[in-house]
Amino acid sequence: MTRRRWRAIAANAAVAAATLLTAAPLVWMVLVSFMPRGESSRFPPRLWPSRWSWENYHELLARRLIDGAWFDYRIVPALWNSLAVAGLSTLLGLLLTVPAGYAFAKLRFRGRERLLQLLVGALVVPGQVAMLPLFLIFKELGLVNSYAGVILPSLAGIFAILFVRQAALSIPDEMLDAARLDGASERRIFAQIVLPLLAPITVTLALFMFLGSWNDFLWPLIVLADQHLYTLPVAVAAISREHAADGELMMAAAVVTTLPVLILFVPLQRYYISGLLGGSIKG
Amino acid sequence: MTRQERTAWGFVLPVLAIILFVFALPTLLALALSVTDYSIYALADWGALRFVGLGNFTGLLTTPLFWRALGNTALFALLGVPMAIGTSLAAALLLHDASVRWKPLWRVLLFAPYVTSVVATAVVWRFLLNTRFGLLNRALGWIGVPPVDWLGDPHASIPAILLFVTWKIFGYNMIVFTAALSAVPHDLMEAARLDGASRWTRFRHVTLPAIGPTLLLAAVMSVAGFLQIFAEPYVMTLGGPAQSTTTVLYFMFDEGFKWWNLGQASAVAFILFLMILALTFAQARIGRRYEWL
Repeated sequence: MTRRRWRAIAANAAVAAATLLTAAPLVWMVLVSFMPRGESSRFPPRLWPSRWSWENYHELLARRLIDGAWFDYRIVPALWNSLAVAGLSTLLGLLLTVPAGYAFAKLRFRGRERLLQLLVGALVVPGQVAMLPLFLIFKELGLVNSYAGVILPSLAGIFAILFVRQAALSIPDEMLDAARLDGASERRIFAQIVLPLLAPITVTLALFMFLGSWNDFLWPLIVLADQHLYTLPVAVAAISREHAADGELMMAAAVVTTLPVLILFVPLQRYYISGLLGGSIKG
Repeated sequence: MTRQERTAWGFVLPVLAIILFVFALPTLLALALSVTDYSIYALADWGALRFVGLGNFTGLLTTPLFWRALGNTALFALLGVPMAIGTSLAAALLLHDASVRWKPLWRVLLFAPYVTSVVATAVVWRFLLNTRFGLLNRALGWIGVPPVDWLGDPHASIPAILLFVTWKIFGYNMIVFTAALSAVPHDLMEAARLDGASRWTRFRHVTLPAIGPTLLLAAVMSVAGFLQIFAEPYVMTLGGPAQSTTTVLYFMFDEGFKWWNLGQASAVAFILFLMILALTFAQARIGRRYEWL
């Protein structure tokens, strides 16, 4: 009995230690972001701020007059850009893929199976292959350096369609046929019967889309040349190339970039994790 | 056309049109681009464009930096997959233990790095790995290891980035493995215990065969992830030191959007595509083999 108890204590301690180790970089990021400027690069390095200070956030976020010209790190505009881009691409992505996923699962139309095969096959092609010609196309169309240019590629949600289809397959046909017999139109059936049933996986999908768009880096980096349109990751990467040595400032920028995502993730994590498992087991 | 069919097309056409426009068409164009000498001159005037056949591909074969990038990427995958899968499995086994309390809490915290931005956390890790005041060297100092120039030494740069990548992604497969572990037949485990099998024997002969297919599939899928490493060297090392962290995708980005050799860059993209295609076939074969078992 005591042996089992010792084992339980050891197992719990091991999990706690592993979690502490995993959380340490994020905790340290927050701690350093509140240190007075220059404190993190003193030797020996401090673990705890000698006093808690907002000055890094002020330095990072405030617009101020330097030698007669306005200067800021463009993090606040980047925050709004990121919110707008991620919000719009989530909203439009859902509008486009949820009905499509349902149609592929439950509505009969000619060529459905063929199209489905094509979509599954297309999953093999890495997105980076399309990026180079897409840049040239967007340049011709004047979409480079615009929200539309960042958002449009994220709307080609092949994975999302298949994800919704998988969930919609479990809706019983009898339910839909009964509604049809009652004279409900297909659109009404979708809006009043199907959508409520798909609500949980829509939350999951929305979360995937929002986080994916918020964290996306390579395509925004390619398509956005204008600093005023930078999303947060692009803006942070640009600052980090110039201010590599300024630890406290960079940690504050990292906090601004990761915090909204973690705030969104923690209350909705159940949806995220169930979606992840659904995808990996069925797909 | 029936009413149902009309609605169906109304539902699928918008997204299919977008997929065609931003994905299918550019992918075909990439193939076309990879057999041209599209460069900064063609960017200004399409008339300067010439057909070069497989010239871009043969050109790549004689480009030392491309081979370097291939080698680096292979090294990332070769070292990274066991590191990441091993960490995921260890974490999953820890979480699976029946005596562990507050599992949901640990699970969220261990998974959290996965949902954060690569760029932001790469910035944090670049600082953690700093030679003079990084936490890692400080922790190593406590156990008497002299400071390592993690991101400045060409031999340490890939392991250093892999430490970061492992930390960032292990939560994903940890969740997948925890699900697989809870599907291990309970009576089989109990029978082995009654037969007096040791903890290790039970792991080796009951757990491992049960979760083997999941492990293998996760490993193959992580290879695809490691082939697409880009943001990490972009933020942490700029592909250096001495090009030791220039990956295939980093090379493609530089060729395409720094030097505007879009023809050459498309050829690189296609080679990446072929590698991922080969992996997918391997993955499908493994999947099929274990379904028969």
